[in-house]
Amino acid sequence: MIYLDYSATTPVHPEVLQTFNKVNEELFANPDSLHNFGGKVATLLQKAKEATAKLLHVQPQELIFTSGATEANNLAIRGIAFANRQRGNHIITTMIEHPSVYDTLKQLEQHFGFEVTYLPVDHLGQVRPEAVAAAIRSTTILVSVMAVNNEVGTIQPIEAIGKILGNYPKIYFHVDAVQAIGKLPLNIKQAQIDLLSCSAHKIYGLKGSGILYKRQGVNLLPLQTGGSQEEGYRAGTPNVAANVAFAKTLRLALDNQSQKLTKVQELNKFLRLALQEQLPDVVINSPLLEGSPYILNISFPPLRPEVIVHGLDAKEIYISTRSACSSKDTKASRILTAMHLPDAVVSSGVRISLSHETTQEQLAEFVNELETVVVQMRKVVK
Amino acid sequence: MAVQYEYILIRYGELTTKGKNRKDFINLLFQNTKQALKAFPELEYRKTRDRMYIDLHGAEEERVIARLKTVFGIHSFSLAVKCPTDMETIKTTALEVAKMDERPRTFKVETKRSDKTFPLKSMEISREVAGYVLANTTHLSVDVRKPEYVLQVEVRHDASYLMGRTEKGAGGYPVGVAGKGLLMLSGGIDSPVAGYLTMKRGVKLEMIHFASPPYTSEQAQQKVLDLTEKLAAYAQPIKVHTVPFTHLQTTINQYVKSSLNMTVMRRMMYRVAEGVARKNNCLILTNGESIGQVASQTLHSMNVINEAISIPVIRPVATMDKLEIIDIAKKIDTYEISIRPFEDCCTIFTPKSPATRPTLADVEAEEARFEWEPLVQKCIDETQAVMIHYNQVETDEFADLF
Repeated sequence: MIYLDYSATTPVHPEVLQTFNKVNEELFANPDSLHNFGGKVATLLQKAKEATAKLLHVQPQELIFTSGATEANNLAIRGIAFANRQRGNHIITTMIEHPSVYDTLKQLEQHFGFEVTYLPVDHLGQVRPEAVAAAIRSTTILVSVMAVNNEVGTIQPIEAIGKILGNYPKIYFHVDAVQAIGKLPLNIKQAQIDLLSCSAHKIYGLKGSGILYKRQGVNLLPLQTGGSQEEGYRAGTPNVAANVAFAKTLRLALDNQSQKLTKVQELNKFLRLALQEQLPDVVINSPLLEGSPYILNISFPPLRPEVIVHGLDAKEIYISTRSACSSKDTKASRILTAMHLPDAVVSSGVRISLSHETTQEQLAEFVNELETVVVQMRKVVK
Repeated sequence: MAVQYEYILIRYGELTTKGKNRKDFINLLFQNTKQALKAFPELEYRKTRDRMYIDLHGAEEERVIARLKTVFGIHSFSLAVKCPTDMETIKTTALEVAKMDERPRTFKVETKRSDKTFPLKSMEISREVAGYVLANTTHLSVDVRKPEYVLQVEVRHDASYLMGRTEKGAGGYPVGVAGKGLLMLSGGIDSPVAGYLTMKRGVKLEMIHFASPPYTSEQAQQKVLDLTEKLAAYAQPIKVHTVPFTHLQTTINQYVKSSLNMTVMRRMMYRVAEGVARKNNCLILTNGESIGQVASQTLHSMNVINEAISIPVIRPVATMDKLEIIDIAKKIDTYEISIRPFEDCCTIFTPKSPATRPTLADVEAEEARFEWEPLVQKCIDETQAVMIHYNQVETDEFADLF
C-alpha cells in the first residue's frame, strides 16, 4: 500500500495510542468528580493543557479542548458572531476556506442576518492582505482566514493580516490552522491571532480531538451548554484521554519540525520533477514558493479526478480528489474555481498529500502507476 | 547574514550602594543567575565589579531573557554584539544592530568610553555612529531628548560592545542575601504574593502548609505545591513543609467555643510555624495577612494572634488593597492556581460569627481548657518536607503520558 492522503488523516503514532490507552485504563475518573481519583484526573487534564499551551507559547487558560477542528471552527465563528452581534454583523473570510468555516458562515448569512464578505484569491490561491483591509467596515466583528489551504496547500499571509488587524482591536482574527500546526512554523502571538483551530488527526493524533486557542479577553457564546467544563465554553464530560493524547501528539509533531519540513520539501521537489518528466501533460495547481510542501494538487484535464482515484485504488495507492470533507460533492472544486483556473483543470484536480514518513521509492512507484492509469484513461476519454 | 546578539550584559541592582557586603552580593547574584539559567549549559559567564556578562553561544535569546527577568538583584540587562575596537567596524556593526528592529522610531546613540587611549571622545563617537546609522537606514530619526530607542556603544580596550536592546530586570536584592524566612502558604491569593515580595527583598524562603485530611483534599495540597513551583521561578529549589494538622484542629474544635475557635487555631498555627522556623534556621515568618480582610486579620485579632509567638512576622501585603494584590498575583502567574476551588484548613471549621475583637484574656482562658503544648510539639515533629524545583511539575507522576 502507498498512502498519499495524509492531509485527510494520518495513522496514529504508537506513543499517542499508548497514552490514550493508559489514561482510559488507569485514569478513567471524571475530572469533575469530587473524590481524589477525580481530582487526580483533573490535575492530569490541567497538565495536558499546560503542556499544550507551552508548546504553542500561549497560556493554558487560553485553550479549549474540542472534538476536532470542525467543532473548533464552529465554536470560534458562531461563538464570536453571537457574542458580538450588538456591535456588528459583518464577517470577512476568503473564498477558499474549509467547509467547516465556509458553511458555518453561509448559515450565519442565510439564517441569522449576518453579512459575509468572501475575499477572492489570486491564481496561486492567496488572498491579499490589502483586500482584507479594504473590506473592513464599521460593523466588522470577525476575520477568518485559514493558514494553509487544504486542497492546494497555499500558505496565506497570516502575519500580514494580523498586523493590519492589530490596528482594529475590536475585530477578532480567527485562523483555521489545521494544515499548518505541527508542520510549518506559526507564532500565534506574533501573528496577533485571537482564535486558532487545530486538529490532532492530521498530525498522527486521534480522530475526534482538537483544540481552539482563544486569546485571553476574547468572549465567546458557547455552542454547547450544560456543565462548566472548559471554563464554561464547552459543556460535556471532557475526553481526558484524547486531550492528554493531544498534548503528546503536538509534542511529537513539533519534535524536529524543521527537519521533517526539509525532508518533505525534498520529497515534494522529487515528486514534481518525476511527474513533469513522466507525465508532461500534468498541470500542477499548487504554488511552488507560496505553498506547503505537504500538499500537491495536480490535474490531468479532461480526466475526471474520481476516475484517477479509483484507477489507483486497484493498486492500493491512495490519494484524494480534494478535501475529504467535500469529496462526495460532485460539483467542481470551489478552491480551484476561486483560483480562476481553466474549467477543464478545475474539474480534474486530485490531491496528493505527503508525510515525513513518505519515501522517494513510494513516490517513484506512485508516479509509475499514475502514468499507467493516465495513459490508459486517455485512450478512452478524448 | 544579519548579526545576532552574542552577549548579555547585566547591570546590578540596588546592591551597588552597599559598600562592604558588595562581594557577597555579587557572588550570590552570580550563583542565582547561573541557577536560573541551568537549562542552558552552553552559556558562559564572566563577572566584574559592576557588570556581569553572559556569552550566549547560540542559546535561544528569548528564553534566556524570560528567565533573567525572574532574577532578583538585576537592575537591567542589554543584549549586545561584540566587535573589535576600531571606528569603522563599530560603525558598520552599529548599523547591523540598528537594522535588527525595523519599526520606525526615534533614536540616539550613547557612548561609554572606558578605553581612554581611543582617539575619539565619547561625544564624537556617538555623533559619528549616529550619522552613519542615520545615513544608511530609513526607519530611524534622531531625538536626543526623548528617544524611543537608545543604541549604546561601549568602547573597551579589548573589544567594543554594541547594545541595541535593553530590558528591565526584576530589581530587588539577590535571594538569600538577607537570610532565610518561612512563608505560611495557604493556597489563597495573598500568601504567594507575600512570598514573592519577601523574596524580592533578598529573603530565601521555605514554605509551611497546614493539611487537615480528610477535611482538606489532596488537590488543596497539590495547589500549594503548584504555587511553590511558580515561586521557584525566582529562586530554586524551595522546601515545602507540610504540617499534619487534623488532630490539633479537631481538638481545638472540640474544646474551644466557636466564636474564638478561629483565633485559637491561628495562634496554634503560628506556634507550629515558629517551631518549624527555628528548627530550619528561618529568622522570620511571613504571610499574606492583609489588614481587615477577614475576621482573623482585624487589628484586634492580629494583636491577640501575634501574642502567641516571639519570632518576627513580616506581612508584605498588610496594607495593600485586594485588587493590588490580585494584580501582582496575575503578574507572577499564581492567580489562576489560587482560585482553584479547594478548601484549605483555614476555611473548613470557620464559625458562623467569628470574634473580630477577641481579647487576650478570653483566648487564653479558652486555650487553658486543653493540653495543647504536646499537640503543637507533635505537629512540629511530624512535619514532612519536600523540595520543589522550577518547571518540575510536568516531570513527575504523569511524565510518561506527555
